[in-house]
Amino acid sequence: MSSTAVTPASRLRVPRWVVPAGIAALFALAYLAFRGTGTLPHNSEAAPFTAVTELREWIDDHRNDNPLFLYFLNYIRLFVDALYTSFHAVLVAMGWPGLIGVMGGLAWLAGGWRVALMAVAGFCSFGVFGLWQSSVETLALVSAAVLLSLAIGVPLGIWAGMSARVRKAVTPVLDVMQIMPTFAYLAPLALFFHIGAPAGVIATMIYSIPPAIRITALAIEQVSPTAVEASASLGATQAQTLFKVYLPLARSTMALAVNQTIMMALSMVVIANLISAPGLGSDIIRGLSRAQVGIMLPAGIAIVIMAVILDRMMVSVARRDPHSRIGRGNVAAAGVLAVAGLVAAAFVPRQWPEDLTVSVTRPINEAVLWAETSWYGVTTFVKDTVTIYLLNPLETVFTTAPWWLVAAAVLLVAWRVSGVRPALTALVCLLGIALLGTWEHSMRTLTTVAVAVVATLAIGVLLGIAAARSDRFSAVQRPLLDAAQTMPAFVYLLPALALFGTTRFTAIFASIIYAVPPVVRLVEDGIRHVPTSVIEAAASAGSTSAQILWKVQLPMARRAILLAANQGIVLTLAMVVVGGLVGAGALGYDVVLGFSQRPDFGMGFVAGVATVLLGVMLDRITQGADRRSLPHKRKFT
Amino acid sequence: MSPDNAAIAVEGLWKIFGPKSERVLASEDKHLDPAALREKTGCTAAVRDVGFEVRPGEVFVVMGLSGSGKSTLVRCLTRLIEPTAGRVTIGGEDVIGASPAKLRDLRRHHVSMVFQHFGLLPHRRVIDNVAYGLEVQGAAKAARHERAREILSLVGLDGHADSYPDQLSGGMQQRVGLARALAVDPQVMLFDEPFSALDPLIRRDMQAEVVRLHREVGKTMVFITHDLSEALKLGERIAIMRDGRIVQLGTPEELVGAPADDYVADFVRDVPRSHVLTLRWIARPPEERENLDGPELPANTLIKDAIGAVSTSSRPIRVMDGEELAGVFDRVDMLAFLSGQETPATAQVGA
Amino acid sequence: MKIRLFAGLLALGLAAGCGGATVDGGATTAASPEGSADAATPAGTVKIAINPWVGYEASANVVAYLLKNELGYTVELPEIKEQLAWEGFETGDVDVIIENWGHPDLKKQYIEEKKVAVEAGSTGNKGVIGWYIPKWMADENPDITDWKNLNKYADLFKTSESGGKGQLLFGDPSYVSNEAALIKNLKLDFKIVTGGSEAALIKSAQQAQAQKKPLLFYFWDPHWLFSQTELVRVNLPEYTEGCDADPKKVACDYPEMDLDKIVSKKFADTGGKAYELVKNFQWTNEDQNKVSDDMTNGGMSGEEAAKAWIEANPDKWQAWIPK
Repeated sequence: MSSTAVTPASRLRVPRWVVPAGIAALFALAYLAFRGTGTLPHNSEAAPFTAVTELREWIDDHRNDNPLFLYFLNYIRLFVDALYTSFHAVLVAMGWPGLIGVMGGLAWLAGGWRVALMAVAGFCSFGVFGLWQSSVETLALVSAAVLLSLAIGVPLGIWAGMSARVRKAVTPVLDVMQIMPTFAYLAPLALFFHIGAPAGVIATMIYSIPPAIRITALAIEQVSPTAVEASASLGATQAQTLFKVYLPLARSTMALAVNQTIMMALSMVVIANLISAPGLGSDIIRGLSRAQVGIMLPAGIAIVIMAVILDRMMVSVARRDPHSRIGRGNVAAAGVLAVAGLVAAAFVPRQWPEDLTVSVTRPINEAVLWAETSWYGVTTFVKDTVTIYLLNPLETVFTTAPWWLVAAAVLLVAWRVSGVRPALTALVCLLGIALLGTWEHSMRTLTTVAVAVVATLAIGVLLGIAAARSDRFSAVQRPLLDAAQTMPAFVYLLPALALFGTTRFTAIFASIIYAVPPVVRLVEDGIRHVPTSVIEAAASAGSTSAQILWKVQLPMARRAILLAANQGIVLTLAMVVVGGLVGAGALGYDVVLGFSQRPDFGMGFVAGVATVLLGVMLDRITQGADRRSLPHKRKFT
Repeated sequence: MSPDNAAIAVEGLWKIFGPKSERVLASEDKHLDPAALREKTGCTAAVRDVGFEVRPGEVFVVMGLSGSGKSTLVRCLTRLIEPTAGRVTIGGEDVIGASPAKLRDLRRHHVSMVFQHFGLLPHRRVIDNVAYGLEVQGAAKAARHERAREILSLVGLDGHADSYPDQLSGGMQQRVGLARALAVDPQVMLFDEPFSALDPLIRRDMQAEVVRLHREVGKTMVFITHDLSEALKLGERIAIMRDGRIVQLGTPEELVGAPADDYVADFVRDVPRSHVLTLRWIARPPEERENLDGPELPANTLIKDAIGAVSTSSRPIRVMDGEELAGVFDRVDMLAFLSGQETPATAQVGA
Repeated sequence: MKIRLFAGLLALGLAAGCGGATVDGGATTAASPEGSADAATPAGTVKIAINPWVGYEASANVVAYLLKNELGYTVELPEIKEQLAWEGFETGDVDVIIENWGHPDLKKQYIEEKKVAVEAGSTGNKGVIGWYIPKWMADENPDITDWKNLNKYADLFKTSESGGKGQLLFGDPSYVSNEAALIKNLKLDFKIVTGGSEAALIKSAQQAQAQKKPLLFYFWDPHWLFSQTELVRVNLPEYTEGCDADPKKVACDYPEMDLDKIVSKKFADTGGKAYELVKNFQWTNEDQNKVSDDMTNGGMSGEEAAKAWIEANPDKWQAWIPK
């Protein structure tokens, strides 16, 4: 950043709104004048698409004779496959009582009888829902992916935590990985690792690796430098310092890294089903393609339950007092539970007995049908109003505006909000989108994202303010937010689909539910972190509570609110793209289509790349909050 | 003095934090000492049965260690913290029973406050911080900026109007806080340990600033501090708080010269008494053969300021209360006082 | 030092790999650890891919039921869409596609070139894909059934999702589809809107009939819906042999297809009785419609519906069981 002081000239001040309003008017005029020219309509045979499709055909033909595949990629595939298969074999061999017993035992060791009870009940529910087999497959897939993520991520994280240079190199890559919509991972993987469980494991692993690296690095960084210095001053080698100082001190934070990795993996396994990975995702996709919430919901709940169990176990480990040892009684109880399960497994069939299952498909479908018919008027009204008065006109604007006008607008907004460098990055991303031949569909996706983001921010900021101002409201809302944030993204498609059918609005609705919780939380925390001294000062000057909100709390929570906007946008984009499965169309649908129709593979692949570019662009436009200080502080930086 | 012509009158004020504070107030538990009270009820009594009156134009200091309840007390005055029981009137208006609108009016026009951590709005320029009080009153922009500039020059911040608070030093930030409080032209100003976050040298400047402002604008001031020397320097009267109660209320001289209990005595032990006490404290009735033609000094002269005079005069010094002779003292008396021995006269007057 | 280490690893890898690894789940020298090889024994596993339409599921469930209960196999029914299922033959994720709709390009690639799949005969079902409208529309506008007049009525089919053009409602993205090419080449003022599923198509068709809402949609026979809802097919330019050879230039209707079964080469070679059963499986459109109707409208699971049909038609299925 520049080192010159930027102090706005105080004389000759034009009202603050004049310049932006003027520029906006200018853009509106330019749009009206040039509307319909310089558009880049979608062509499903654009050169980048066909090039990738041809590459795929070539790879398919040479998968078994090209050295890169024969001696490298296929070995990775083989290795991962063996890992998954052996995990799966072990889990199946334990039988259902064995697996329940062992999970219960582990949970007992991690967090005592309460967590154990939850684990046992949770795993039983998989069987009761008739999802035992899928759940075991998912567990095996997640275990394999998490193991690999940690095997790669933890050493990298330790390295990044100890070396500033490595950290600098890794951080931007992780940044991009974390704003990449999940869909974008799939096509390249299918290209190099084919389809099936191994490709699914690798996709899941790549998706869940960033938190493993990031949080481990953070854990290492947080280790008190005094302890490290003391260790070094006693003549410890670097390895000794690592194992005797860094790792023990970083332990509980690192347990959170494991936890985050598991959660990310669980949210990816469903999407991995698009490249034929087995597990609960299969049931959810089946429900989607049958439009039966009754099939999807139990599978969605099963994933949530699995997430909650694993989350509780890891959180208990992370929070455990480092000085306490696990009591002998607990070890014994855990052992008894595990052994009892394994012994019982020898006497009963390995599969969950069918007469212990309860089919909930039909009642759920009926309930959904009831909701659909009795709320038809309301849901249709909402959907049509938003679509006709907001979505369609906006989409027309975006798709008929000349590309250079959109580019200029993006450049200007990003510059204003985030500074020069992010603005240039955003521009490059946008030009990339144009060159890839995905302009029109990206603009359509952008429209959907824009509408969803506006709604998300409106709802999120309101709820955040309400929570910050009322402790009671916050107390009621917080557990809901916690639960919502543990759930895999996919689950949010269910209610949306049930209420609104397959339309763009469904994707908007789903992404609102998906993105609102983090926004609420950031806004609430931002407002709550406004120092009480300032609030008191404002109150003692006789401010009404509305004045305190508008003149003090909101302006001072500006960073948090902008960060919330940034997060909201990135999350919304991810969900809108996934919404391609439920009618969102545009880029997300292109990705889905790419997996469904071979001739469109290239388009799907490129659409995946375009979602990444779009994500980076939106992030850069709005990242001002995160990485740029308040304007008047610039002189210090 | 009746509550009506007092600037601030406080009577039977209680603040109990914790669950069911009302019930604690109604019971005899409220008289337990703090630790026992917390043990028994989970409540903390921060202010216990406090009463005092502040005269218009007076600088009234409340002083105590941290946790003594002084900050809670000052917040109860404008109900930034809602008192549990008691009466507060400011300028004759009942504060406790005031409606929210009335209370806001009081805060907007009659009472303003300066805070320990300044409480400035970091997103606003200095001038908009100073004008904040006028802004929430609904004053027009030009008018409030004009007033804010006036006040800024009064507190010596000319030329900083367009800076942001975090571009100023701590002392300057507190001047902004001071200016903000002055801008609304209140009758009463409350200071909550305003200088304790500042470096000692700057603190001294700021204390001088307050003394100067008080002289120039003549506001009634309630000043909270934990610094005894600050209290003695600024306060016309000082209330010493301990565990939520006022243990002694009096002029600096009274506190130093006649501490009410061991706690206060302990407090004021290290105070150089010659800097606080006046000649009144060492003046004694002239003995019979003493000649009364020595130099005259007014009775409210600080003892330290009389050292030069007494040491150059072989005759006893006459202490004059107006035209009347209040007493005399000589070198021996002065030396006895400075060496820390109590003189009979002190005991008499202090009683 | 590092280079030497890397070279050593590389050498080790090459030595271990011998001829390198292929994607079908094994190094060329090693046998695959799991998979259809053990399908040769009666207790083996058969993986029948499930494509997302109920007719397919009906066939798959009947075959799965017989494999399980008559021959003692374990059956997996992974949810894999049409084209990916073909890739599954190569990776070992799929043994059987029980109802294949044409796909000459995939047959060429996987059967002739890669030799990982083989045909296993007709299912006996005749399949036709086409564009349909509710009958009341044809009654009101008799000329609407000719594609040449579609543009005239395009306004009728507008929806909030169709961007000012007429809407052509499509199903699951994975379905066999010439729609984009047809609209382009026949210069129709229509936009494809993807409902995403068979269920979305059915629901729209039922609403179109009940509420008299205009609808033009992609659909196919065999389907139970025809017995409940009156639908009329729109006549596209007639199919002639080879008019659909280039998918980009298609400007003709879909042909009537003999639906057939495709199995992986490995399954054909080692599948034993299971393969025999799959090969023998053959039934009529009515049979399939009965099972799918039970599954969709009779509230039965796939397994229950299959069981009901099997109990009612012993003579039909007994002929499929290998001796």
